[in-house]
Amino acid sequence: MNAWLTQHRAAFVQAVRRLAGNPFNTLLSLFAIGIAMTLPAFGYIVLDNLRSLGHSASGGQQISVFMAQDASTAQVDEIRQRLQQLPGVNTRFVPRAEALERLQAKQDLADIVASLPRNPLPDAFIVEPTDISPAALDTLRNEIADWPKVAHVQLDTAWVKRFDAFLRLGKLALTLLAALFAIGLIAVTFNTIRLQVMAKAAEIEVARMIGATDAFIRRPFYYFGALQGALGGLIAAALVFAALAQLAAPVSELAALYGGDYRLRAPTGIEVAILTGLGAFLGWIGAQLSVSLSLRNFD
Amino acid sequence: MIVASNLTKRYPGGFEALRDVSFRIAAGEMVLITGHSGAGKTTLVKLIASIERPTSGSLVVNGQNLSALRRGAIPYVRRHFGLIFQDQKLLFDRNALDNVMLPLQIAGFSQRDAVRRAQAALDKVGLLAREKAMPIALSGGEQQRLAIARAIVNRPTVLLADEPTANLDKDSAADIRYLFSDFHRVGVTVVVATHDQNWIETCHGNALRLGHGRVV
Repeated sequence: MNAWLTQHRAAFVQAVRRLAGNPFNTLLSLFAIGIAMTLPAFGYIVLDNLRSLGHSASGGQQISVFMAQDASTAQVDEIRQRLQQLPGVNTRFVPRAEALERLQAKQDLADIVASLPRNPLPDAFIVEPTDISPAALDTLRNEIADWPKVAHVQLDTAWVKRFDAFLRLGKLALTLLAALFAIGLIAVTFNTIRLQVMAKAAEIEVARMIGATDAFIRRPFYYFGALQGALGGLIAAALVFAALAQLAAPVSELAALYGGDYRLRAPTGIEVAILTGLGAFLGWIGAQLSVSLSLRNFD
Repeated sequence: MIVASNLTKRYPGGFEALRDVSFRIAAGEMVLITGHSGAGKTTLVKLIASIERPTSGSLVVNGQNLSALRRGAIPYVRRHFGLIFQDQKLLFDRNALDNVMLPLQIAGFSQRDAVRRAQAALDKVGLLAREKAMPIALSGGEQQRLAIARAIVNRPTVLLADEPTANLDKDSAADIRYLFSDFHRVGVTVVVATHDQNWIETCHGNALRLGHGRVV
């Protein structure tokens, strides 16, 4: 175990030395990887901001559930209980009297409401589901509509569907972009490691002759690839932060013009960690491919 | 103990470097492999060191049949040998100490232990004062002694050398011969491929003479 740890530590230190030993080339590679990762990472954050903006612009997706005029208090209570038992749903009850008061409060409708012989409005529930995907909303609406004494369930899914389609298209484009840049990152690492293996040919040959296992020879290259990818991921995160900082003020101004208050969301610590880990993983893959192919020449 | 039975090595293309070679080297013995250029000396050293695999026949070192080794076991077998090459195969981007530490790093020694043992090996070959020197700054004889330090640092049971005194001046070659005798005296099995006549004349008959790939 100690020998294993010692060898891993030595391989890691060797990888760091290789990175530091050629600072100009290292910086070029890191920026190439960083920029390749910035575009999909920035796209992800922008899409997520759009999703959040869309959600707040619609005031959250609500389903209005109107009870039948002849529904008794017990029947309304039963619907209330059923709604409360639904997972991932917030419910607010609007009694018919409160609804009428609200209507009366509107200046242009006050006279009309006052002239009505009786309250024409039904009891209602405002349902706010957490899952606002069009499919989930449709399922929920259909389920509630089948309940007894529910006269009407109102849900405007057209806007949600359009926005969701736009987001899905964006996600697809982003996935394709991310896949392309991931291949680019692997290619950059592959080439860097291939050059390193060529430069270290004598060392590899000697090491093999005196008892080095394949794992011993490969390990520093794997660490190098993973480290390079991870540092590239950190650079990408820094570039995303910088880009968002530039966009923050104009976006807030735009939101203010529409009477809203919106601030761009920056990547969270976990997202930065995922980006760094993804960079490390892709770098490791590039190193693995490169070392496997390059070391065949030594067999 | 090294026991070869009907050892044959045929390279792609049909060239037969060794044919039906059989011999026995006892533990702690010192044997010179001699013969003209192309006799198969280097091939035999490479077979014993598991750098190459025999085409047929068996080669047993310390009870282990090298002919039947699976690929993954070869590095671990090589660690029992101290290998010295005619061209030393030193790493010219590392100093003397780092060159000697390489086998210890491969074996997983801690940095502190590796430094201590590498310095002891350098001391043994008289190069401790030059531990920070780069190989390019060493003379031919010193480079060969550095290669020997690297070969012995792991305390191998068998010391294998291929023409270790070739390209050296008379005095340096004598130094190297004395070093090998020292290791033999402390019980290390020493196998040296050489055509150094001074060495062959003083080996007291412990020579395996090869000619055209056969024992003669």
